[in-house]
Amino acid sequence: MSAKPIPAASARQGGAPVGTPTKLTQGSQTRGGVGESTLRPDGTLKVTGEFAYSSDMWHEDMLWGQILRSPVAHAEIVSIDTSEALAQAGVYAVLTYDDLPTDVRNYGLEIQDTPVLAHGKVRHHGEPVAIVAADHPETARRAAARIKVEYRELPVVTDEASATAPDAVLVHENRDDHHVGHVPHPNIVHRQPIVRGDVAAARERADFVVEGEYTFGMQDQAFLGPESGLAVPAEDGGVDLYVATQWLHSDLRQIAPVLGLPEDKVRMTLSGVGGAFGGREDLSMQIHACLLALRTGKPVKIVYNRFESFFGHVHRHPAKLHYEHGATKDGRLTHMKCRIVLDGGAYASASPAVVGNAASLSVGPYVLDDVDIEALALYSNNPPCGAMRGFGAVQACFAYEAQMDKLADKVGMDRVEFRRLNAMSQGTVMPTGQPVDSPAPVAELLRRVKAMPLPPERQWESSEGADVRQLPGGLSNTTHGESVVRGVGYAVGIKNVGFSEGFDDYSTARVRMEVAGGEPVVTVHTAMAEVGQGGVTVHAQIARTELGVAQVTIQPADTRVGSAGSTSASRQTYVTGGAVKNACELVREKVLEIGRRKFGTYHPAWATAELLLEGGKVVTDGGEVLAGLVDVLDGESVEVEEEWRHRPTEPFDLRTGQGFGHVQYSFAAHRAVVEVDTELGLVKVIELACAQDVGKALNPLSVVGQIQGGTIQGLGIAVMEEIIVDPVTAKVRNPSFTDYLIPTILDTPTIPVDVLELADDHAPYGLRGIGEAPTLSSTPAVLAAIRNATGLRLDRTPVRPEHLTGTA
Amino acid sequence: MRVNFTVNGRRQEADDVWEGESLLYVLRERLGLPGSKNACEQGECGSCTVRLDGVPVCSCLVAAGQVEGREVVTVEGLADYAKQRAAQGGCAPGACGGPSPDGARAEDGTSVRDAQDWSARGTDSQTGEGTELSPIQQAFIDAGAVQCGFCTPGLLVAADEMLERNPTPTDADIREALSGNLCRCTGYEKIMDAVRLAAARQGEVV
Repeated sequence: MSAKPIPAASARQGGAPVGTPTKLTQGSQTRGGVGESTLRPDGTLKVTGEFAYSSDMWHEDMLWGQILRSPVAHAEIVSIDTSEALAQAGVYAVLTYDDLPTDVRNYGLEIQDTPVLAHGKVRHHGEPVAIVAADHPETARRAAARIKVEYRELPVVTDEASATAPDAVLVHENRDDHHVGHVPHPNIVHRQPIVRGDVAAARERADFVVEGEYTFGMQDQAFLGPESGLAVPAEDGGVDLYVATQWLHSDLRQIAPVLGLPEDKVRMTLSGVGGAFGGREDLSMQIHACLLALRTGKPVKIVYNRFESFFGHVHRHPAKLHYEHGATKDGRLTHMKCRIVLDGGAYASASPAVVGNAASLSVGPYVLDDVDIEALALYSNNPPCGAMRGFGAVQACFAYEAQMDKLADKVGMDRVEFRRLNAMSQGTVMPTGQPVDSPAPVAELLRRVKAMPLPPERQWESSEGADVRQLPGGLSNTTHGESVVRGVGYAVGIKNVGFSEGFDDYSTARVRMEVAGGEPVVTVHTAMAEVGQGGVTVHAQIARTELGVAQVTIQPADTRVGSAGSTSASRQTYVTGGAVKNACELVREKVLEIGRRKFGTYHPAWATAELLLEGGKVVTDGGEVLAGLVDVLDGESVEVEEEWRHRPTEPFDLRTGQGFGHVQYSFAAHRAVVEVDTELGLVKVIELACAQDVGKALNPLSVVGQIQGGTIQGLGIAVMEEIIVDPVTAKVRNPSFTDYLIPTILDTPTIPVDVLELADDHAPYGLRGIGEAPTLSSTPAVLAAIRNATGLRLDRTPVRPEHLTGTA
Repeated sequence: MRVNFTVNGRRQEADDVWEGESLLYVLRERLGLPGSKNACEQGECGSCTVRLDGVPVCSCLVAAGQVEGREVVTVEGLADYAKQRAAQGGCAPGACGGPSPDGARAEDGTSVRDAQDWSARGTDSQTGEGTELSPIQQAFIDAGAVQCGFCTPGLLVAADEMLERNPTPTDADIREALSGNLCRCTGYEKIMDAVRLAAARQGEVV
């Protein structure tokens, strides 16, 4: 295992590492402003294999980092002996808690409770204990295995009962965070009640009351690009970090204090990101790579393998949800009571915000004036949970949509009509007291998704017999159609867009216009993390629309420009898109100012008309050309960097849950058609149709791609995806793609999409954040379809064969 | 150990290879060809799919020593590979038997001159303009089948191989052929669109 790789074909000696992100330019052949399906500027790089992801980074003389993780869920660390590991040939450094350079030794998104390396104690299976740098990844792995750690195991907290028992072990002793004052137990991270109206009185009006207890499994983001990056020590004592993340500046804020460096000496650049879905909102290998690089004076690359990735990021909170709804004989909802218990695992991560979402969106997209809601997140010794697409709203939607079907059946109404009757609309007041002040076409989405033609029955039949590939069980050849039953189910959901509860949710854009090669060109620089969603495409489209140019260059995202906020919460097109639009408008004003100065005397329209930039020219709103941009700029360049904010929100009252907490809401409805082999409990989803309101589709091709992708992640948690945690040891049992299954192309149905565009006047171009809503309603729609096919209750997700065959 | 093999028509020699290294590791870390991806390194995700003597394999499951003297095609060479196949009337190098053009031995694949001309392109991109792509690569871009793109190289190699065998696939054929390639972003619908599009365009040409 010798160290030296053969230098890559394009390796540069010294200087920047191989795979350093470079600008993306769509040249003058590219057309496409807002509303067009412009193709991705990184598309060619991605199909030729040249696009450099964070795991592709390479530097001469780089070392490989490896993390040693806890094999147990809860234990005191009695001793750590690194001497044997350090003695291995090719090992450059072995670091533990005692080697951390400053007093800042924890990090965290909201609560700094997560140790960089374990200090005296581990709180979950897979917690980082020590880190190694060596000249070959296998050398590093073997050295890590030679670190001797003695653990004294402690009792584990695994659920609400063990977390809040009178003699419960505290996961975190001596909490001093800002939630500890209002939670009923120190093993509860955050609790948010919402009380509105008079539930007791409303319950009196109910002709039917339905109760349900629901269980939601732990889902993994399962992005394909592993956690990875390259840290390069710099001559000034700082470090250059190339990494895949969702929010560069949030990482920076957490990394720099641990390293003891000012933020301007930790220069971060976004490397290629292979998906995220919330799993990159927390730090993974960032600090570890920097520590090893600064200690060894050499570039250090860390790449998790898939096994480690399951331990290296937070998951979607598993949940227990108790719901009670009432309805009158004519199908009107009377009241709702619910209690949502989310398992946050060993560290807080995004749990407080997930609680706020689960509570405030627990009613779903329905009119309900009398509610009593409680949501909370536990500390436990299970794997830490945090952000994943849908963020608290997903778990609630699974439960309230099951309740809607049960209620509709009790009332004796069609399930879709029952929902439509109770659907919220613009003007409806949320349980938080916040009125919904933009279109909320819930009933229309349900109508549309129901109106789509159903897929034909018995599609597997052909003149040559059954095509088993189209049947449950597929090529396992388990049925030729016998015992196969079809079912259809519907669901609809509501998701907030953007960061809520008073968070200062801004973004920054730097836009420059100049003349190059005889044509006007625009450069857009933001710190937005492109994780696959297509933000880079949309930024170029916005620049073309606002500034009337063809050629746009997108600079790599880095910390040399102000924060763009997170690529999460369906917010980037809204907020960073809004920032780019705003910066473009300011550039346009400056360009027109120059034009007026140079040419204003030649034509009165310069002073009187509304002026636009189109086709590389200054034109009046009547279409008259006043000047070419090349002549206006004449060697000058115009540049603007500006922060942009959406309208402010406010926190929820800690006792009543009242408050203008959310910026915008997003709605999607699904219809699932499934076929179930009732003898074997095998499910094939035949079709998963979606109707979603997107406000304005800035790039219709990308919008539909987001809706389809979100839909299938919802299918995954419906029928296959679950991280299994041993209830006795709190150890993860299935950290691999062999044992944690995500949908393959064979598990995936056709996904017809009906896009509705009802503008939200508060948002740029009227757009609505779209990434998460389709992940909500897809799961309950599939569950409803399976219930419809089998007649079973099915109060947990994912559904496995044993749940359908009575063998669980 | 030293491993000699052909990658994308070009002779390669990797030195100091540890016996436990995979073909994927050698491609990515020793030959500067990181296009083949490392999403699971356990043969489940297909993101590292390459062709080994024409057969699609997960390069993470192939020991480096197993490729001695053999021919590998990765996503970086896919456009040239498809171009050459088209020039040979639809036959992949070595796939239809008989000697290659120019009198080169079949195992050489690409002519020496072509091989010398081939290289990964520079790092600044004028994206999507003037780049010669294989039909399946172009179709993935046009259909919106690329989001994060991490699964894309493996899917392209697998889909290209399927279309070589089966130029007019049914939807069920496509799903079966690509069932070893995980994608987490797209929900596969636009990947289906892309493969259908590539097949249709291929049909128009013939």
